[in-house]
Parts: sequence; C-alpha cells; structure tokens
Amino acid sequence: MRTVQFTPEQLAEVRRLQALYPDRRGALLPVLHMAQDAFGWVSLEVEEYVAGLFELAPAHVHEVVTFYTLYFRQPKGRHVVSVCHNLSCHLAGAKTILDHLRTRLGIEVGETTPDGRVTLLAVECLCACERAPMMQVDDRYEFDLTPERVDRVLEGLR
Amino acid sequence: MTGDRILMRNFDRPDSHTLAAYRATGGYTAWEKARGMEPAAITEEVKASNLRGLGGAGFPTGTKWSFVPKGHTGPVYLVINADEGEPGTFKDRYLLERDPHALIEGMLIAARAIRSATGFVYIRGEYVEPWRRFGAAVREAYEAGYLGQGFDVVVHRGAGAYICGEETGLISSLEGKKGWPKVKPPFPAVRGAFGMPTIVNNVETISHVPHIVNRGGAWFASLGTRTQGGTRMFSVSGRVARPGVYEASVAITLRQLIYDLAGGVTGNGRLKGVVPGGSSAPILRADEIDVPMDVDGLRNAGTMAGSAGVVVMDETVSIPEALMVVARFYAHESCGQCTPCRESTGWIYRMVHRIVEGHGRKEDLDTILDVARRGAGTTICAFYDGAVGPYISYIEKFRDEFEELIAR
Repeated sequence: MRTVQFTPEQLAEVRRLQALYPDRRGALLPVLHMAQDAFGWVSLEVEEYVAGLFELAPAHVHEVVTFYTLYFRQPKGRHVVSVCHNLSCHLAGAKTILDHLRTRLGIEVGETTPDGRVTLLAVECLCACERAPMMQVDDRYEFDLTPERVDRVLEGLR
Repeated sequence: MTGDRILMRNFDRPDSHTLAAYRATGGYTAWEKARGMEPAAITEEVKASNLRGLGGAGFPTGTKWSFVPKGHTGPVYLVINADEGEPGTFKDRYLLERDPHALIEGMLIAARAIRSATGFVYIRGEYVEPWRRFGAAVREAYEAGYLGQGFDVVVHRGAGAYICGEETGLISSLEGKKGWPKVKPPFPAVRGAFGMPTIVNNVETISHVPHIVNRGGAWFASLGTRTQGGTRMFSVSGRVARPGVYEASVAITLRQLIYDLAGGVTGNGRLKGVVPGGSSAPILRADEIDVPMDVDGLRNAGTMAGSAGVVVMDETVSIPEALMVVARFYAHESCGQCTPCRESTGWIYRMVHRIVEGHGRKEDLDTILDVARRGAGTTICAFYDGAVGPYISYIEKFRDEFEELIAR
C-alpha cells in the first residue's frame, strides 16, 4: 500500500475543488495545500501523486511547488515561526526578534529544532506593518513583538 | 477633509463581518438598486465617480470594465485581487476581516456591469484568518440567496509569491501555474483567466462600488480631486505615534496624514524620509510632504500613490540599511522570467549589502544607478520598474549617507 494516498473524503474534496474552475488545473494550488496538510510536506512522491490527480506531468507540478514559498519541500517542524523582516518590521526591530528566536531555539533561520518542534523562517512582508514587529506562527499572526512576548508564544508551542 | 469613514464605517462593531450587521447598516441595498439598472448604466456611474484602482496601478475602474469586448458571448470572469503584499500595506486585510460583505456586494454589482457569472477571489496564502472570515461571509451570502442566483464566487488561496499581485501573474497562478506575468496585449479584459475576458480589481476598489451605486458617481467624485474620486484607506506604519489604517479623502496631504492622523513622527521626532505608496514608490524627503495623496498628485511629485502604504522614517533611520531591506525583498520576489529583473535585483541587493557591511567601493553607487536605469521599461511587467523606484530615489536623495559608509 502506498503511503501517499488521500482518503475517499479527501478525494471527493479534490473533485469538488477541480469542478469549481473552468479548467480543473485551477485547483492545483488548493489541492497542494490539502496535500501538505495531509502528508506534512510536499515530497517528490506527493508531487507525483498530485500530478496523477490532475493528469499532469510531475515536472509541471514540481515547477509550481518550487515557485511558491508556502510549500515545504522537506519535513518541517510541528510549528512554523515566520518572522517578517521587511521594511516596517525592520524599523521596529525585527532583527532583535529574529536574534532572540535564534538564541532561544538554538537554530539558524531555515532550520528546525532537533526535537521537531519549531521551524524558524524569515519572510517578506506579511502586511501587518501597523503592529510591527510581527510574525506568523502556523495560521496565526502575532503582533507587537518583544523578546518577552516571543517567549510567551514559544511556551505555547508543543 | 479627513475622517470620512465610508469603507470603515462599521469597523468598530465587533460583529461587523456578519451579514446581520451589514444589512442593519444598509448592506445589499445597492445591489437591489443595481439589479434594476442596465449594465452599461452601472459602468457609466462608476466612470462618473472617478474611482481608480487602489491596488497600485491607479487605472480608472469604469474604463477598465468597458474594455470587455462587446458582442462576446462566452464566459466573462471577475477576479478580485486580494493578494495583498506590497510592503507597508495592510488595508485589504482589514476589509476582508471586518467588512467582507461589502466586497461581495461590490462583486455582485461589478459582475452585472461586465456580465460575469463567476467571480474568483484570490487571497494570499498567508492570510489564513482573512480567508476564513471571507469564506464564512460567502457561505452566508449563498444561504441568503445573494450568491448562487446567476453569480457564483470561488474563494482561492495563493501560496506565497508577491508577483501574484501583478494582475497577469495572478491569472497564471489562478490557472494553477507558477505566477509568471503574461505579455500584454492581449490585456486580461480581452483574453484573461482561462482564455476568457477577465476584469481584475482590488478588494478596496470593489468595496467602494456599493456606495457609488447608492449615492451616485457625482457624490463620490466630489470627495476627491479633479481626476480621482473618493476616499481611500491609507496604511501608515514605521516611525509614527499611531500606526494604523486611516480612511481619508485622496486629496489629503502626506503631511496631514503623518501629523494629524498618525500622530506625528517618533524616534527622534524629526522626519527624514517617507515612502508614500508601498515600497515600490520612490521615497520623499521631509521637505517634500506637502503633496496631495491622489494618483496624479503623487505622480507630479515624482513618486506614486501605489497601494497607499505610507512608511515613515525619522532621522535616526539608516537609509542605506532601509534600501538593503527593500532590495533584498525585490531580489527574493523577482519571478525570474525576464533577465534584466532576475539578474539586476540580485546584483543590486549584493552591492547595497556590501556597502552597508562596510565593503562598498567608490564606483558602486553609479553602477547601481546605471544597472537600475538600463533595465527599467525592458520587462514584461511593472515589478522591476517598481524596484527601480527605491533604488534610484534612495541613492539620489540620500547619497551622502551611502558615500559616508563607502568612505569608512
């Protein structure tokens, strides 16, 4: 049995999404989001599986996956912490926040803690500049960061 | 002039995102009115309003709508650009989270004007909460019978790429491809998403449409300047006392916005420079802020209104460091399709980085300016021209700061 396989419910959702677009390929990004949620990250095997669902060459799916920042092409931590380092966050001290996270987690940007808890990223503008410095933790935005506030957020991540 | 809260009138209500709150404050009455109007009459009203695109390009909205070929009998698509990503901008996030029904009602009206039966809303992938909020509003609108009666809305999530905010890049991405912009012509209004005529409009632009239908194009036009009507939402951040989103007439000056609405400059309290329209807008010096914020006012001042993201820098801010941050962004986000952009954004970032690190060479500044100018206007989309704005303006207006670092 293959490890990369949607459940029947998920497959029904794929078909529903594909039917929303004049060409089913329009559903590729949403289905890749689904695949990442289901399988943790987008491996070459996942790309091949998704390509089959769209009757596309795996290379076409690979081209899409590698273009966007939100698809992970290696295993990620249970939580992803993405610190904005664009202009307004820079002006509000994003570097201090990133340095604090690197020290606290003991990893560099782009790495995952050895226990698999947190992946740390530096990202471009998340468009919450009015509450800079800020970061995204999984689905959530965390605003008005200070090192103390970052510590409290980290404590909540298991 | 200030404090005209039209788009933001419900933002203080905790339930502002619900259908009940929207209807209680006059929501969907414009759609009722528009249903009785001829499509061409709706477009004429929007033309009369002088509404201009608020995502960045500032193109007249009614004129854009009129570009859908007459006599086309196949599908026409309405695509909403909610791929907010211009550094310094955050207004569409507020609209999606706090007044999603205004966008849905505006879409219904716009769709009638352009004879579209299907709308797509492309929301940037990082905006998970706005995506959930908007999705819930769409479900409410279906249950209430506003949607599904001749017009359907598909909510689409992006996957992280600034270039998908460019309208043809967005269309490529919506089609399930990498977000490469397309050569124009054909313009999307003639041949856009899935090969069909497509109108791409920004969230804020379309959220204005119900008010224009209800109160008239002349009313909306009277709120702004001679060539741009209405209010818009200014995102103000950086070194100001009260960063936030402010709705005001497009005729407001940059000085009023910074000092009257956002509470003035923090840091050492003295303004050094300000980016008036998102990071792609050329920077203005402290003595250049007595300009109206409308599209033509800022164009005449040598910069651009863009997405109205205002980033304020006080005298303690290092302009070379700020340019390094901005240049890193353009190097990261270049889609790689056009050689001048792909190569120059990387070269220029590395040169600015080296200057900031104290390893700059005397010829670096002129090399950057030369590379920037040579590439401008040579690429498929406006991305590289948007990068050239900050490269040239930061260096020309604050050259002494760069030279000081190089001389060290």
